[in-house]
Amino acid sequence: MIETDQLTRCYGSLTAVDALTLRAEPGQVLGLLGPNGAGKSTAMRMIAGFLTPTSGTARVCGFDVRTQPREARKALGYLPEGAPSYGEMTVREFLTFVARVRGMTADVIFRRFDVVVARLQLEEVLDATIATLSKGLRRRVGLAQAILHDPPVLMLDEPTDGLDPNQKHAVRALIDAMARERTILISTHLLEEVHALCNRVAIIANGRLLADATPAELEARSRYHGAVSFSAPGSGVSQEMLGRLPDVASVEVDPLDGRVTVFPREGKAIMEEVQQLLRTQNLAVTEIQLERGRLDEVFRQITSGARAA
Amino acid sequence: MSAITAVARRELGSYFSTPLAYVFLVIFLVLAGLLTFYAGDFYDRNLADLQPFFAMHPWLYLVLVPAVAMPLWAEESRSGTIELLLTMPLSTTQAMLGKFLAAWVFVAIALVLTFPIWITVNYLGVPDNGVILASYLGSWLMAGAFLAIGICMSAATSSQIIAFLLTASVCFLLLLAGQSQVLDFFQDAVSPRLLGALSYLSITRHSEAIARGVLDFRDVIYFVATILAWLTAGVILLDYRRAR
Repeated sequence: MIETDQLTRCYGSLTAVDALTLRAEPGQVLGLLGPNGAGKSTAMRMIAGFLTPTSGTARVCGFDVRTQPREARKALGYLPEGAPSYGEMTVREFLTFVARVRGMTADVIFRRFDVVVARLQLEEVLDATIATLSKGLRRRVGLAQAILHDPPVLMLDEPTDGLDPNQKHAVRALIDAMARERTILISTHLLEEVHALCNRVAIIANGRLLADATPAELEARSRYHGAVSFSAPGSGVSQEMLGRLPDVASVEVDPLDGRVTVFPREGKAIMEEVQQLLRTQNLAVTEIQLERGRLDEVFRQITSGARAA
Repeated sequence: MSAITAVARRELGSYFSTPLAYVFLVIFLVLAGLLTFYAGDFYDRNLADLQPFFAMHPWLYLVLVPAVAMPLWAEESRSGTIELLLTMPLSTTQAMLGKFLAAWVFVAIALVLTFPIWITVNYLGVPDNGVILASYLGSWLMAGAFLAIGICMSAATSSQIIAFLLTASVCFLLLLAGQSQVLDFFQDAVSPRLLGALSYLSITRHSEAIARGVLDFRDVIYFVATILAWLTAGVILLDYRRAR
């Protein structure tokens, strides 16, 4: 479990994290989403015990990071931004070093080492110098380091940043597999990641928490939520006719590809009506879709509002 | 404890993972030999001892110890691994001690490798080996003081070069403060009591007895206190940088 309580961090006159109160339970993958410079990394650094909060505090598994730093750090696996590691060491030396600093005994190291190495597919590079590895492999070494002691809480700062699509997929599958009994906090600025991984999202901008909801709830805030969009090329569909339907609020046509989006009135379902109209008009519809809502639009709406304020 | 040794082992290993350590060792040994035989009056004294050798040590350390100490924290800050290290379950003090021990052991290795000089003097005459051993221990302790200053400076910056220059400057001042020429220069400007105190702070004053093989309790206290003070300052500096 991760809890933050009015967590605040100032650099001089700049407030990087502003009274952030969050809570993530076991089984949850909480995504910290925000534009660059929103304070995601600063918040994570405070939870990890690297930076001292200006005020407020955070707890990891109930251990206060300010008063019980050792217990809190023991319960935490942390991948810092950019997955730093000692370049001159081999993967084996690095992981052994981390295990020793964490106070793992020889037989525990022996048992966990193979599990973690297999899970991250590092067998072939165990004796390679870390500095010679590709970015994706180095990220995997960083992840191995974070899960080596089998922590109940995992905190990963931009775990897939800079990886190619295949590597991203592999890292996400790994996080997914570990999510069941653990509390996982990841930070990201990628919206696709939220869809792929998180069952809860906290949007922060300028250090402030602006939204804390499930991805579906966030999508529901989009004006596209429940809208129907379709392509009917060359049919010259009548916007007016669609607009006259009782539950339709407005109709937009994309000037580029002619795709029509029909927006419902608050809380109405319009799929049925629109389809019926299209049938009666005998329009050749190539594709029709019920929109779930667009996270990028919600994200922009929430975070740009904060900037203006 | 295991965390301290883990950090110390890693640091020691990282010294030898680059050619830099070997370059350092060679320079140290060559300079130690040259200074003893050419700058010192090893032969002319006609005495079977190593006083000229040990008398050069403060000046040798002035150049070489800052180079040993400079990467210890600066490199962690530069590469970001400091975030990894300081979020593991060990205190800043433990990390500091581990790093210091690694560097101190490295200097011990360098000192042990000067053994040909010891063999030479034993071949040429009958020196008091007890005195030589005491001098070695004293010299190692003095190197520890230089190192502690260096590691504190390394904690202050993420640039190894700046760490080196800061360390060399501070050590140079501490060496100068005890030189008789410097003390004479300030004789009229500063009260004799302050001057005395200043010379007590100087490394030179405490290293002279060591070169003669006298391990005075006060000198040992001076070096141990210097080490502890600078290491503590380094820990405070690191914690301050995280709270700022």
